[in-house]
Amino acid sequence: MSTIKEFSATNLCVDRGDRPVFKGLSFELPAGRLLKLIGPNGSGKSTLLKTLAGLIEAKDGDILVDGTSLIAEDHIAECITYLGHKNALKREFTVYENIEFWANFWGRSDKIDQSIQDMGIGYLRDTPVRFLSSGQTRRTALARTLCHNATIWLFDEPTVGLDDQGLDLLAKTMQRHLEKGGMIICATHVPLGVPDHFTKTLNLADFSIPMSELEEQWL
Amino acid sequence: MMHLFWLMAKRDIKISWHGGSTSSMVVAFFIIVVTLFPLGVGPEQNMLARISIGVIWVAALLSCLLSLDRIFQADYEDGTLDQYALGPLSLEMVVIAKALAHWVTTSLPLILISPLLGILMNMDDRAFLPLIYAMLAGSPALSLIGTIGASLTVSLKRGGVLLSLLILPLYVPVLIFGVMSVEASVMGTGGNAPLLILGAITLFSLAITPWAAAAAVRLALD
Repeated sequence: MSTIKEFSATNLCVDRGDRPVFKGLSFELPAGRLLKLIGPNGSGKSTLLKTLAGLIEAKDGDILVDGTSLIAEDHIAECITYLGHKNALKREFTVYENIEFWANFWGRSDKIDQSIQDMGIGYLRDTPVRFLSSGQTRRTALARTLCHNATIWLFDEPTVGLDDQGLDLLAKTMQRHLEKGGMIICATHVPLGVPDHFTKTLNLADFSIPMSELEEQWL
Repeated sequence: MMHLFWLMAKRDIKISWHGGSTSSMVVAFFIIVVTLFPLGVGPEQNMLARISIGVIWVAALLSCLLSLDRIFQADYEDGTLDQYALGPLSLEMVVIAKALAHWVTTSLPLILISPLLGILMNMDDRAFLPLIYAMLAGSPALSLIGTIGASLTVSLKRGGVLLSLLILPLYVPVLIFGVMSVEASVMGTGGNAPLLILGAITLFSLAITPWAAAAAVRLALD
């Protein structure tokens, strides 16, 4: 894990299709902090995470790691790991095979056992993913996301389907990462269980396009 | 970087062997289509021998088409493609790895089974080797061009029919020169020139596929 002091975005504007999702969005995230993205459905939490990961191009604005623009650098994503709504797991393969592939893909096969243990899915190691419940699948997806060199973790509603034990394991894993100087940006509707002094909150509703402006476009 | 390329190609090949192997279904389709012809046009041996080369090529094109939508569809739906896009390997290489996996799981079994179908169609003895050579030279182009089509239709829910409409016309040159190469060898008029053109088509598609398909995948991920 490389040391990054600050991850920030300035004046981000993103369109989906022809519809603007948010504009003028800025944040600064220092090392060892979690940025919690809140906001009503459709306010652009997932869009923001995808933009930060480099999957969507921003119309305007910049994303900076320690003052260096990611967009200008062609979005080299070595310092970012991303978990979206989709789990990127193959139903045909076992839990271990799935995690092993992604660990090899990111060059961190040494982290496989640790991440399996962190998510408490050791007993599922040799179970094909198609037999897992949705919570177990989500844990497996989290485990494969952790097999990565990244300092910055981008999680899109990681808690979906998790039980109390799963939430607890996730909170502990996130806290350990923050204590080591990592950063997390996490879209969520539920409390994450990470102590408040680690957490900053960003409400996407503050940057959404006012209804009146949207209506003007249609007239 | 190269080991990531093989890692992805191997994974795709392994997936196609899991749960109702794609290869066996494609080969079964190939056999059935070719067998339909003797049933349709009658068992007259000279007639079958005359149409055999063309029928085998056309059936191979159609079978190849059958598994194209698997190249990107599953990866797009489960989010694997998102992760590939963020990964250290460029999308251009990802596309080639996928085309390679498609060739190994679809085209290669078709080539291996085609002599058997040649016997079934009473194909000329002298046509067997040239047919295999021509298919070896031309089939990579089928997988590569098909990959472009698959990448263009990946974000459509039911892109299968559109995919066929897009890709079949582009397969026509491979069909023409494939059949020409085998027939020329049988008649002794020199099948090398069409064979070289087949090779050229393959190389040309190898040159454009990475850029075209990677651009289409990027659009689909947006």
